[in-house]
Amino acid sequence: MESHLEKRLEEQGYTDINPLPEQTQPPEQRSRFSPINQRRLQNFKANKRGFWSFWIFMVLFVVTLFAEFIANDKPILVSYKGEILAPVFVDYPEEKFGGFLAITDYRDPFIQEEIERDGWMLWPPIRYSYRTVNNEIPVPAPAPPSWTMDKQERCSRYTEGVNDPNCTLGNWNWLGTDDQGRDVVARVIYGFRISVLFGLALTIASSIIGIAAGAVQGYYGGWVDLGFQRFIEIWTAVPTLYLILIVSSVLAPGFWILFSILLAFSWVALVGVVRAEFLRGRNFEYISAARALGVSNSVIMWRHLLPNAMVATLTFMPFILNGSISTLTALDFLGFGLPPGSASLGELLAQGKNNLQAPWLGISGFVVLSVMLSLLIFTGEAIRDAFDPRKSFE
Amino acid sequence: MTNENKRLLDVKDLSIAFKQGEQENLAVDKISFHIDRGETLALVGESGSGKSISALSVLKLLPYPAASHPSGTIEFDGKELISATDGDMRKVRGNRISMIFQEPMTSLNPVHTVEKQISEILKVHRGLGETSARARVLELLTQVGIPEPETRLQSYPHQLSGGQRQRVMIAMALANEPDLLIADEPTTALDVTVQAQILKLLKELQQRTGMAMLFITHDLGIVRKISDRVCVMNKGKIVEHGPVEDIFERPTHAYTQHLLAAEPKGEPPLSDESKPIVVKTDDLKVWFPIKRGFLRRTVGHVKAVDGIDIAVREGQTLGIVGESGSGKTTLGLAILRMIASQGAITYDGQPINDFSWKQMRPLRRHMQIVFQDPFGALSPRMSVSDIVGEGLKVHYPQMSEADRDRKVAQSLEEVGLDASTRFRYPHEFSGGQRQRISIARAMVLEPKFVMLDEPTSALDMSVQAQVVDLLRDLQKAHGLAYLFISHDLKVVRALANDVIVMKQGKVVEAGHADAIFDNPQTDYTKALMAAAFKMEAVENGIVSM
Repeated sequence: MESHLEKRLEEQGYTDINPLPEQTQPPEQRSRFSPINQRRLQNFKANKRGFWSFWIFMVLFVVTLFAEFIANDKPILVSYKGEILAPVFVDYPEEKFGGFLAITDYRDPFIQEEIERDGWMLWPPIRYSYRTVNNEIPVPAPAPPSWTMDKQERCSRYTEGVNDPNCTLGNWNWLGTDDQGRDVVARVIYGFRISVLFGLALTIASSIIGIAAGAVQGYYGGWVDLGFQRFIEIWTAVPTLYLILIVSSVLAPGFWILFSILLAFSWVALVGVVRAEFLRGRNFEYISAARALGVSNSVIMWRHLLPNAMVATLTFMPFILNGSISTLTALDFLGFGLPPGSASLGELLAQGKNNLQAPWLGISGFVVLSVMLSLLIFTGEAIRDAFDPRKSFE
Repeated sequence: MTNENKRLLDVKDLSIAFKQGEQENLAVDKISFHIDRGETLALVGESGSGKSISALSVLKLLPYPAASHPSGTIEFDGKELISATDGDMRKVRGNRISMIFQEPMTSLNPVHTVEKQISEILKVHRGLGETSARARVLELLTQVGIPEPETRLQSYPHQLSGGQRQRVMIAMALANEPDLLIADEPTTALDVTVQAQILKLLKELQQRTGMAMLFITHDLGIVRKISDRVCVMNKGKIVEHGPVEDIFERPTHAYTQHLLAAEPKGEPPLSDESKPIVVKTDDLKVWFPIKRGFLRRTVGHVKAVDGIDIAVREGQTLGIVGESGSGKTTLGLAILRMIASQGAITYDGQPINDFSWKQMRPLRRHMQIVFQDPFGALSPRMSVSDIVGEGLKVHYPQMSEADRDRKVAQSLEEVGLDASTRFRYPHEFSGGQRQRISIARAMVLEPKFVMLDEPTSALDMSVQAQVVDLLRDLQKAHGLAYLFISHDLKVVRALANDVIVMKQGKVVEAGHADAIFDNPQTDYTKALMAAAFKMEAVENGIVSM
């Protein structure tokens, strides 16, 4: 009864019981956002947890986008014989520094000595990339975090022991190494990046397809709608996981193959909501008015109906993103995901499961995944609440 | 009976404030009124005047804590209600004070039967058992004039007509013989003929049960018909109160005088047979097929529009009147080729009934629509300048940005809006202003023919009069041909020179407006006239319940 009444009050326009005074703002000072979007933004900011989650996530995301500058087995800048080189961007052949490999191994003490003699090197804070094998770990891989060992032990495998110039903070394995001697921190940073990028790409692509499909169904209705709906029902009944298993036994599953298979099934997520919004919206009077003006169907769908459907879509998006990331992780965990050697959180979890004696593997993977997914869920919740019409009209 | 005992509801210095973000807005400012037993008090005012929320606050049905009462007391039968607990309020609600809402469609729960909805209240407040509750429900349904109540017990709300739904609402409200009935615009959503019946019913029921009524309305005709005393509200204040005759005969406050003077007035254009015909139909039919069975075979048709001939001339207005469901709007939409139809339609001598959507496009700028609902007809996400300019973008794609802007501004000025407001969004405008925007959107294309689909019925009385004047001025200035669809005969009388009366898709009566208004021939037209102008229900000639 109460909520019904509230709704009725809203419908009757009691929300603008005090309509805005005649000239609230001069036109030129008006914000880009319509007032309702401003209120949504305020609602979003008012949700402290979601707001902070959003910013923390954005910072982590932007930082990991520049992962090559944080964790890499190449220096960021090298000055050699008066020449400034940027190994991060360019693969220099080793003969430039007097070696013979096609690509310079900057971790090789010989190359380091050669460069140091005629210039300097600027290393990233972590001197491992996601696929760099640390050959100097003092114990068999997986090696525990460096801070669990004393200096003596840490430097035992370097040629000059404690005095070796390479036994520095930059060569620490802060979270230990995995069972192939690769640095966990580096793998986590790159894994975070690829997870989020994969998730974002999948979310955006499936949203575009889903919105387009839902829009067409909802707007035209009738046989188009009926046919499409039955097709989707059959399509969603296809077991995605088996399909991926089958395909990965034929093709080597790379980023784009995985992406395409998952996309083929994930676009249906948004069709339902968008279709419902368009079905509802196409009978609005302003749609009739636009039709009476002679506006074409595609323009009506784009300009008049899509903004209505965007609220539902934006509300769903963070959760679809979360789902995409979890799917990728799950596939990696099972070994059907990204090709072997890729930085992947799922693979890290799988290693954790196989090496229970090395808890830093499982714990690191778990913490990173759960923090990432929680941040996204909190952000998603805040967005959902911000778009809640009951809140934005209050 | 002592004076103390006679007084049923006493509201003193009541204020209502709404919290909007950080700030509090005062919606009702220290109003006082009282209702005696058996008396009807009308709260009159335009939308946004605070009349409905004042009534809701008597039952404490506002969205607390967003709403609050900075001051005031509400005393009901000697008991203070503002400080009453929720438990106490529940004993009052639906028992001693009941309420009827405006929209019979949404006030009833669509998933419960009529019997269940009415008997629920009886069970809650009186603890009646299944059989005794059913007996009482039947008694109530008979009381509110539902024919064959036994067969209606198991009906769902969607199986009832609007009038019947409102009767069920009234039956629910009366179930526990309340001392006070609050009626919040109970007839606004109904046809005039049904409105007259409902008013008559309420009056009869009041005489029989001796309950008091708080009647909220914007329609002065109803006030005059039904109430004993009136409070006129404006911007959250009661500006004038007194017995009905005093207020109507000798209004003292300027706002009351303004309200009383707000009836749509003025003369329609004179009928002139020599003017060229703009739009003409010949035996126009819109039949919706009824399909049954697995193979969806067509077993019959709903004849929404069934063989109508009309002719609209330049600078003239054809009014179409009739109850809801009579096919008025369908006819208008068919003429504009928005829905499929059979029969000839000509525009400017050119047959357009076989035109495809593409072929119609260049004609759309000559044939425009203004819709009823000023809230629904404007996209809430577009600025006014985008809304008005949209048609220009379609029909004059080569027009420059500056030219279009100038044209939009001009059109807004023409309908009486400040052109500098064109960057605002629709929700920042009042209902009347929004309707002006709708009109501007149609007029900016310089059409020759405009279909006006109840353009005034969602507006306040005084705004109605302004919009009618505006439409007449525009017609005079541009020689527009209007097809004016309305159930409000007062407005039709002020605008149309020819009228057709529709009933169930057919023309019942057609001719010059004067002839039809002054000397209606059929019973149906007579009933419409009586209901519209005198608010009286005529027993014969009425179609709907």
